[in-house]
Amino acid sequence: MELSLLNILIGVIAAIAFAAVNAAYLVWAERRGAARIQRRPGPNINGPFGLLQPPLDGIKLMCKQLIIPGGADKALFIAAPVLAMAPAIVSFVTIPFSEKIVAHNLNVGVLAIFAFASMGGISLLFAGWSSRNKYAVMSSVRAVSQAIAYEIPMLITVITVVMITNSMDLMKIVQQQAGGLLHWNIIPLAGDAPNILMPFSFLIFFICSLAETNRAPFDLGEAESELVAGFHTEYGSMGFGLFFMGEYANIVIGACLTTILFLGGWYAPIPFLDFIPGVIWFLLKIYLLIATFIWIRWTFPRTTIYGLLNLSWKILIPLSMFNLLLTAGLLKVF
Amino acid sequence: MVAYFTEIFSGLWSLIVGLSITFKEFFSPTVTVQYPYETLKMPDNFRGHIQLIANEEGTSNCIVCMMCQRACPSGCISVAGKKEEGQKKKTLTTYMLDFTRCSLCGSCVESCNFNAIEYSDEYRLASTKKEDFIIDLLKRLEEKKS
Repeated sequence: MELSLLNILIGVIAAIAFAAVNAAYLVWAERRGAARIQRRPGPNINGPFGLLQPPLDGIKLMCKQLIIPGGADKALFIAAPVLAMAPAIVSFVTIPFSEKIVAHNLNVGVLAIFAFASMGGISLLFAGWSSRNKYAVMSSVRAVSQAIAYEIPMLITVITVVMITNSMDLMKIVQQQAGGLLHWNIIPLAGDAPNILMPFSFLIFFICSLAETNRAPFDLGEAESELVAGFHTEYGSMGFGLFFMGEYANIVIGACLTTILFLGGWYAPIPFLDFIPGVIWFLLKIYLLIATFIWIRWTFPRTTIYGLLNLSWKILIPLSMFNLLLTAGLLKVF
Repeated sequence: MVAYFTEIFSGLWSLIVGLSITFKEFFSPTVTVQYPYETLKMPDNFRGHIQLIANEEGTSNCIVCMMCQRACPSGCISVAGKKEEGQKKKTLTTYMLDFTRCSLCGSCVESCNFNAIEYSDEYRLASTKKEDFIIDLLKRLEEKKS
């Protein structure tokens, strides 16, 4: 495909629109889901089923004044929310929704997405540090230690998948999983490396993507009961709105990556169901994962910072390392 | 080493148990009452401010014996009545309740021997004016009748 200016424009606008609509309506889904779990109806006043709630919230946030606290580092303070949202949108460019629907395929797609994802941690650090607020600083300290702890097992798991595929191209990673459930990387019994520990790898990746998006039970960065609102304590208006939307856009990215790396991307679980378009399978899988994200958030209480770091360094990293070695061995044998 | 793995698996199992509980709750019906649109019926034992009980004709049973006014420790109640021509008992002309000082002790209801007053089930009493809490119970009874 020729990379003309029009193509770029369409790709970028589509990516922003997809991210923004998802972010807005996932907030709605989250609030409705949380309400159902707590046996109340949730937002139901504005529009049918409260569907007008997200645009109204957006209008409200945009009407508010962006207050920059005295003594704050102005440039970083303004840059932080943009840094939270921008990488998430940029990551959408390289995610293949089906064999044909991809804004721009990179042959190092995995690497690109993880490079952008690591900027999320930086935005938290900037936000916390520039706010000149002790709670925000505490929160950014936690966010950084969390980002370091959870990026390691996540990347080791990704290396495992990349080793099986022999490519960093997201398209190729999905294409290698063609041919039904047993070829998917989550249970690759019919694949190149029949590693029975892959479900654990999937679990590790899933837990890490939960932690990377700073959501409960790993929302130590926000921790309302301890740190007011954590890194976005001093943010109001759309600055807060961008952090909020960035979180949801990151959830979508996490779900997309999990789908691509482990759940066979746009392929149907059983080959004869392939007449249904791939993009529908892809969206079905990511929204199922997102529903699980929401379900988990409203089930588990927040962990402690020690619990969080122990989980990563004592359990997730050794297990993912072991699985990496096992996969390498199996690839050599078969 | 065994303890390490049992901890992982028992931990995972506890997570699954937790998830199954919220899964069940997700599909069970909601229990909240949407207050301004729906209201709950107050239980029989609810103590609102007092109100007059209507008899068959829709008038009050009160014979202006003044027991309630005397029983009230805060002096909230002021009752007045007069003897109509050809009637044995007095009839009630005013029954004012000053709810600003009432502590809902219920002495008035207990002291009444003629089944004339009871607790109402009124709980929506917010107001910005003090006058709203000086309640004319006789007027209330007539409004209720019509």
